Amino acid sequence: MIHSAGAGHPGGSLSAIDLLVALYGNKLRFDVENPEWNDRDRFVMSKGHASPAVYSILHEVGFISEADMMSFRKMGSVCQGHVDMKWTDGVDFSAGSLGMGLSFGLGCALAARMDSSDRDIWVMVGDGEIQEGQFWEAAMAADFHSAGRLNLIVDRNRIQNDDFVELQMEVGNVANKLSSFGWEVMEIDGHSMEEIVSALEWSSTNISAPTAIIAHTTKGKGVSFMEDNPSFHGKAPSDEELEISLEELS
Amino acid sequence: MSAPSGGGASRDGYGSALLRMSSDSRVVVLEADLGKSTKSCHFREAHPDRTISLGIAEQNMILVASGMASSGKIPFASTFAIFTERGFEQVRNGVARPGLVVHLCGSHGGVHTGTDGSSAQSIEDLALYRTIPGMTVMHPCDDLSAEELTVQLLNHDKPSYTRTARNKTPRMYDQKTSKDLRIGKGSVLRSGDDVAIISCGVMVSESMKAAEYLSSNGIEATVVDMHTIKPLDTNLIDELANKCKGIVTAEDHSVIGGLGAAIAEHISYSGGVPLRMVGVSDRFGESGTPRELMEIMGLTYMDIVGSCESLMS
Repeated sequence: MIHSAGAGHPGGSLSAIDLLVALYGNKLRFDVENPEWNDRDRFVMSKGHASPAVYSILHEVGFISEADMMSFRKMGSVCQGHVDMKWTDGVDFSAGSLGMGLSFGLGCALAARMDSSDRDIWVMVGDGEIQEGQFWEAAMAADFHSAGRLNLIVDRNRIQNDDFVELQMEVGNVANKLSSFGWEVMEIDGHSMEEIVSALEWSSTNISAPTAIIAHTTKGKGVSFMEDNPSFHGKAPSDEELEISLEELS
Repeated sequence: MSAPSGGGASRDGYGSALLRMSSDSRVVVLEADLGKSTKSCHFREAHPDRTISLGIAEQNMILVASGMASSGKIPFASTFAIFTERGFEQVRNGVARPGLVVHLCGSHGGVHTGTDGSSAQSIEDLALYRTIPGMTVMHPCDDLSAEELTVQLLNHDKPSYTRTARNKTPRMYDQKTSKDLRIGKGSVLRSGDDVAIISCGVMVSESMKAAEYLSSNGIEATVVDMHTIKPLDTNLIDELANKCKGIVTAEDHSVIGGLGAAIAEHISYSGGVPLRMVGVSDRFGESGTPRELMEIMGLTYMDIVGSCESLMS
């Protein structure tokens, strides 16, 4: 998809994909025939540049076709560069500007409570993304409003656009920070399916407080030359790199 | 149009409108620690279960509103006009771009706000929100019109920004005439064939005073309350451009990007008619009474008179 578009974000897509597979495969309540069903669970992909990961899942579950997926970033495509609810069935949020998704998810959670609905709200953010001040405004508000059905997943892949997070502006112990904001927090290996499934279950059943899963991941997971390599945050693979990637991932 | 009676601040109209709409359970109100000032406090008192307090965190408030809108609610979020601007990109990317119907109200707009000083005097909000595709932008002139136009937002299918004012201004409408107002349609308060004064917000009553003064000197002016800056009532502007010798705009806002600029953009395409703008001339305000600030900024009825006379000569 990214190779065909000649642009995109492979690193942060590969760090998130195991989490998304588990979330869509095991947890999320949705109806492909009725994407606007108001009682569906919401998935707010706040790190919207990981759109290739989302589109792969949406194709897998039946929201979009393979042709849609391969038209990624091309004029008129339902697969916009960053995930966009206005363009794609199954997408609940228009991302692309970092730091906004948790606030949006909180709004969804408060609306669900007013509707006496048990729909769950899942939000995924990147670790570089939480340098945005708005994220912490939302974190404080979620605790204040006891948004127990708000579930956050932090893709802690340690790399952002320019370089490693620790070199740009280290976000530090995210678990402690969120705990001090009143959140229930669990740290996991974001590539261990067993740990992911168990954490998603813990998060969705804990409705007394907002919950966060800090998923320690590897940027570019599964492709040797992309792993932990800041230069593959937002770069398409060459023809040769694509061949190697597909071989390694298969 | 009936004569002005009593007086009211447009922010009071916003507060009354929220209460009038409260029977619709989709209506939710969001606040950022200024509900007592924007007047959403009355809704809070009556419906605490549908009022969300978000503290002094405007960016978060705007996206919480957009999340609620995506879930079937009709959110009305308010703070000072100047502080909505902190969330400009949130409105652009999180509200308007996905087309989520959030209604944002910025109170205490303009230099009319007074003694708080320039940090509180938004003179660019109308310009900012006007640039966002699909946004409706309004600036009503008194409490009754603000109430009526806000209530009409309940059935409006686009996100909106409404600027209200802190201080009372003379009423241009009564309970009956305010019901004739429509979002997107300018309201003609007075007719005259010589010059058209098109204004919004607190400058509407100044425009009426200017028209009376001009009339005593033999110049008859049409006065329009252009409460909706976007979408602009271009039919009315074309009509006035044909009928009058020129147009004078009046707003408590920068002349860059506001009502005057919107009209200038339109007439630059539709054909020439002389235009003068009364507004804030690319400068910040300072502390002072509303009247002192209007004088120092060139926003009094005599400034409008001066512009009309210069245009007529």
